Order: sequence, then structure tokens, then C-alpha cells
Amino acid sequence: MGIEPAVALNSKDLVGIAGLEAGEIQLLLDTAEQLLEVARRPIKKVPTLRGMTVVNLFMEPSTRTRFSFEVAEKRLSADTLNFSSSTSSVTKGETLFDTARNLMAMAPDFIVIRHPNTGAPHRLSGVVSASVINAGDGSNEHPTQALLDAFTIRRHFGSLTGLTVVVAGDIRHSRVARSNAFLLSKMGAKVRFAAPASLLPVEVEELQAESYLRLEPALEGADAVMMLRIQMERQKKLNFPSMREYYDFFALTPERLRLAKEGALVMHPGPMNRGVEIDSEVADGDQSVILEQVTNGVAIRMAILYLLAGGRSESAAGS
Amino acid sequence: MSRLLVRNGRVIDPAQGLDETLDILIEDGRIARLGRDLPRGADVPELDADGLVVAPGFIDLHTHLREPGFEHKETIETGCLAAAAGGFTAVCCMANTNPVNDEPAVTRYIMEKAQRAGAVRVYPIGALSKGCRGEELAEVGEMVQAGAVAISDSPSPVANPLLLRRALEYCRSFDVPIIVHPQDEILSDRGSMNEGRVSTRIGLRGMPTVAEELVVGRDILLAEYTGGRLHLGHLSTAGSVEAVREAKKRGSRVTCEVTAHHFSLTDEDVASANYDPLWKMNPPLRTDDDRRAIVKGIADGTIDAIVSDHAPHHQDEKEMDFSDAPFGISGLETAVSLALDRLIRPGVIDLSALVRLMSMAPARIVRVPGGSLKEGSVGDLTVLDPERSVTVDPASFVSKGRNTPFRGVKLQGGPAATVVGGSVVWKG
Repeated sequence: MGIEPAVALNSKDLVGIAGLEAGEIQLLLDTAEQLLEVARRPIKKVPTLRGMTVVNLFMEPSTRTRFSFEVAEKRLSADTLNFSSSTSSVTKGETLFDTARNLMAMAPDFIVIRHPNTGAPHRLSGVVSASVINAGDGSNEHPTQALLDAFTIRRHFGSLTGLTVVVAGDIRHSRVARSNAFLLSKMGAKVRFAAPASLLPVEVEELQAESYLRLEPALEGADAVMMLRIQMERQKKLNFPSMREYYDFFALTPERLRLAKEGALVMHPGPMNRGVEIDSEVADGDQSVILEQVTNGVAIRMAILYLLAGGRSESAAGS
Repeated sequence: MSRLLVRNGRVIDPAQGLDETLDILIEDGRIARLGRDLPRGADVPELDADGLVVAPGFIDLHTHLREPGFEHKETIETGCLAAAAGGFTAVCCMANTNPVNDEPAVTRYIMEKAQRAGAVRVYPIGALSKGCRGEELAEVGEMVQAGAVAISDSPSPVANPLLLRRALEYCRSFDVPIIVHPQDEILSDRGSMNEGRVSTRIGLRGMPTVAEELVVGRDILLAEYTGGRLHLGHLSTAGSVEAVREAKKRGSRVTCEVTAHHFSLTDEDVASANYDPLWKMNPPLRTDDDRRAIVKGIADGTIDAIVSDHAPHHQDEKEMDFSDAPFGISGLETAVSLALDRLIRPGVIDLSALVRLMSMAPARIVRVPGGSLKEGSVGDLTVLDPERSVTVDPASFVSKGRNTPFRGVKLQGGPAATVVGGSVVWKG
């Protein structure tokens, strides 16, 4: 493996992949490897974060990311508080800074934030002393998803260097696509975006990815294929005409998957639209690692909390 | 008789081709005499302008004074005092207040309030459409009679081309220009910064340049077709500048302005700001290519005027995150320093050109007194110190709006004194 892991993370926060160095990513992945084992113990708990408080501040609906963080926090013995947009005062017009000040009055050690607007975690990180972890901000980043995706890929191939990963779907609105592109390119993998141009951002090469306007050529020689959820309700029928047409041209079907390398991984950040961006036969097939992604997500989030709390990689799973 | 003798300033007045050290005597609010070593008198107050530049008063064509309705952001009084401190002797205030300035009662209210504030001249701009809603034409004639000098829905674009056509035609009867905010809001698609490499990199929703340029093109064509007077507000893209250059080449009477921040900053500054909405404005900060095209347009005379687009907001509003925070910067107290530092210091234009851009052209566009120091003109002066070092400190702003992306920025040059009708209304 060419990339030497860092000794520690450089920042008190994890707000995006864009601000991480390759060595820090390597450290996070190595640490997650240590922590994966905790899930196999009869008592799935280590005392690492005992006495520490984590606030899960979810200003946008989320089920799996929120659950994954909660499981990670509980396995590290942290105390958790959950705020979600329906119960918080944000809808009453409170500014993000006021919310932050109120939260800080409860002296949390970590704030895990999911926010509909780009940059909210970044701004929060500047005004609170707690470690801020970005659980998805607007159309910007979803760093923990990218880390768990990379972790999943690395567990299969041993290294990310030299791999070709296809990310297909609504790239323009996808923080998952962006964080993955930042991460994979830093780690020496090639990223291919596949989508009609109406679903790609302008100046897409800024994201260190190649873009393909059809899925088939993007799949050729790919080691992993990540399908993004298509949200028809977001599209106002301007970006593509129908779910049916999307399936016809851009869905991952068994036939199309055969264009990728033999044994290429099939991935999806969830929740899936079966029969829209992915065929059930592929989603449930031998090459699918979609449920592994979910398992690995807990280990990655444990690793982030652990390292931000000042822990060292080698003793991560110790008691 | 009230008098003021302004001594030994470098008097710059492009209207009469003047650039020399002179005294100016103002009597009863008007320029009475220009000359060397004018007689002094014990009863004549003096303003020592030795080593300073004396220009006809700067007029801001694009100010949001916020009153009535948004007094937590700015009042007419604080806005007028900020204008004086920023070196402006007059401001033209936009109609997007609450109630909107779409009828003569509101126009008169603004003028009375400004009179009481007593600092600078305030020229209200009436709404183009009732409520700035873009549906029905507002009472243009009544507002002009009450004192409005231009018509505008800015910052709302005029989406309906037929409404703009009729407004351009109708306003010919009252000889006032229409100031537009050229932007297609559908194409802008709820963006909060320029669409381009930087927006893709930092994940903010973008507003493409084409959303401005399409409307600039449309509006120029409508102005030419109707013979109406069109003034294009705060152009921000290279394509817009080029469209105006071409229009002027073929004889179009269209005029345009740019803001001081659009020739000073770019979208790369947004990227460095870590999602701080102090860098959020509409039109958005564009690329360095656009910025340089604006500077070129200023240098070659394509751009008629430099404005502040003063858009004060309360601190709480700029504490929101980038997508939710309102657009705009508090610009009255930095525009002149930015012009001196970014245009005069590097030699892009000379002081005479700056006076054209900030005094002479604005006075001509909205047809208000000023823009020249000829004997008999209003005694409005902007006194500049092009050498003074200025560090922008929002805490010391006179404006209620502290929302500036220039905090801590060092600039060379700034206003030294502001004289309105022969009274020194501000002195640095």
C-alpha cells in the first residue's frame, strides 16, 4: 500500500473529504478495520467514549445515516442526544449560530450534523468547540458515506490505488458522488461519472472525475459501480423525462453489469429504487456489497469518533 | 448669506476639462467662484483641501435605504449618514421597501425623512410595477411628479418582456430611465453564487452567467425597439459588458453600471470564505475573467457608472447559512476606497475618469443637479485623499449594515470630506 497513514487527524472536525489528506484517509480506513471486529463480539461495546456526549443534529430526514451514527456512538459508550428538524427550533426561524450556541451550553463533545444547506457544518465548526462531523450538507459533501464506500472497496481489493470506480445517477445534486470523487482521486483511484449532461455539474473536471454521457462506455473495465438514488420528485421532469426512460438507458441491469470487470462490486448508498436506477437481480446478486456497506458504515463512524476524540489506531478495539 | 471657501484642492471637473489646484467659493448652496487665491474673510468658513482632490459630489445610483419597513437593517437617516461618510453627496434609493415605493405618498415620505436627516440628497426611485410584483405598471407619472428620478423593480428582475416594453414606452412621457436587474430567475434556479468551476468544487448551487446575459440582450433590444431609456443595473459578466459595448457601437442610448465589489472580488473569494454569506450577493461574484472584463469596460468607457449597490442587512440575517442568508453587502462606506485602490492606484483610469463614473454620468443618467463644478452648479463636493491608508472596519461603519466582505482589507485612498449645498456634512 503506497499511502502511509497519518499519526492523527489534523482537524478537530470532519466536515468534508476536500479538506483531508490521503494519509488521514488511510488512518481512518485502518482504524475502521480495527473497529469492525467489535460488531462480532457478544457484548458489542467498548468504553472509549464513556462520559462523552454526542449531539445528533439532523435538520433533514435521514434514517440509515442517523441510525448508523447512533449505533457507532452507543458501541463506543457515548451519551447521545438526538435533535431532528421536526422537533428542533430551527423551523421556528432560529439561526444556525443560535442553535449552535444553545447546543454548546449543554457542553457536547461531538456534534453530528445533517443539513439541507451546503456549508452548514463548515460554518458550525468555526463557532463551536465541539468536534463537528458532517453527516451530509446540501449538495456538497457526505464524507462518512465516501469513507464507508472506500472502506468497502478496499476490503475487497486490498488497496484503492489504480482501481476504476463508476458513480452513476444524479451527480449534480449528489453529495455522495462529490465526496466519493474527492476521496477516490486522493487515494489514487479513477472516478467515472455516468449521467446525462442534465444531471452533471458544469466544469465537472473540477471534481477529478471523467464524465460519460452513457452508462455502457463508463462500465468498461470498471472495478466497482456505485448507483445513486434517483429522486423523481426533485427533478420537476426537466432533467430527464421519466423513470421508465431512465431505467432504459441508465439503470444497472445484469446485461450492462457484464461490461464491467468480472467480479466488479455493485454498490448503492441507499435507499434503492428497485427497477429505476438498479435492477433487483443486480441489487441482490453475488456482486452486490450493498449490505456490507451498511455494516461498514458503523465501523467507519466509530473510527471517526474515536480518532477525533484523540485515539490511536492500534488500540482502537481494545477495552 | 451662507458661504464656504474650499482652499487649495486639486479640482477635477471633467465637465469643463479641469484639473488644477484652485479655491472654490460656495455661496447659498451654489458654486459661486473658482480661482486661485480667492479672497478670504473672517466670516467665511474654510475647508482646507491642501493635498486633497476636490470633485463634484459623487452620486450613488443604486442604494437600498430599507426605510420604510426594514428599519432594523437601515434607516433613511443612518443610510444618509453612511453615504456622507462614504464620500457620496446624493443617493438614489431603490423602491423595494415595505410598503414598496410604488405610489407618491411613499415617495414623499422618503423625501421628507431624508430632508430631516439633513446629510445627503436622496432621490427616490419609484417601482416599475405595483408592489414590484412584475404584473401591473405602477403610477410612474405620479411618482415622478412627487420627486422620483427613475423607475425600477430591482432587485426583482422584470420577467415579463411585455411589461418591460410597456414601461419603456410609458416612461418616455416622463423622461425617466428604467433601471433593471438583468437576470432570468428561472435559469438562476435558486443559485446562491456564480455557476462555474468554484461552485462545482465547493458544492453551492450556481447562477449561470447566461441567466444575466440573456436578459441583458433582451432588454437592450427592447430599449432600442421602443426608444425608451434603459439603464442596466450592476452588470457582472464579460458577456454583458460585451453586449453593451456592441450596443453602444451601433448607437444605442443604453447606459450601465457596475458595483465596486464586482471589480474587486471573484468567486474564488467565495471559496476562501468557508461558506460565510458575507460573500453572497446578487449578481454573484463572478470569475476573474469576468472581473477583468468589467475593469476593461470601465477603462474603455463601456461602463457609465460605478455604484455601491448598498444592501445593508442585520447581523442575524447574515448568521444564517449561505443558501438561506439574504444577498448583498453594505457598500456605501467602501465603494470610493475600492475605486481609488483598485482603479486609480494601478492606473486603470485617472481621477477625471473616476469623476465621470461616480458623479458626472450618474447626474446625467437620472438628470439631477450636480456632476459639475461650473459656476452656478449645486455646491456639492466630494473631497478625496487618494493617499490615505484605509483599513476596512465594519465596527466603525456609520451604516447599520455591517455586512461587508472587506473586513480588515487595507485600501489606499478614501473620502476626506463631503460637502452638500455648501455645508460640510462629513469630515474624516
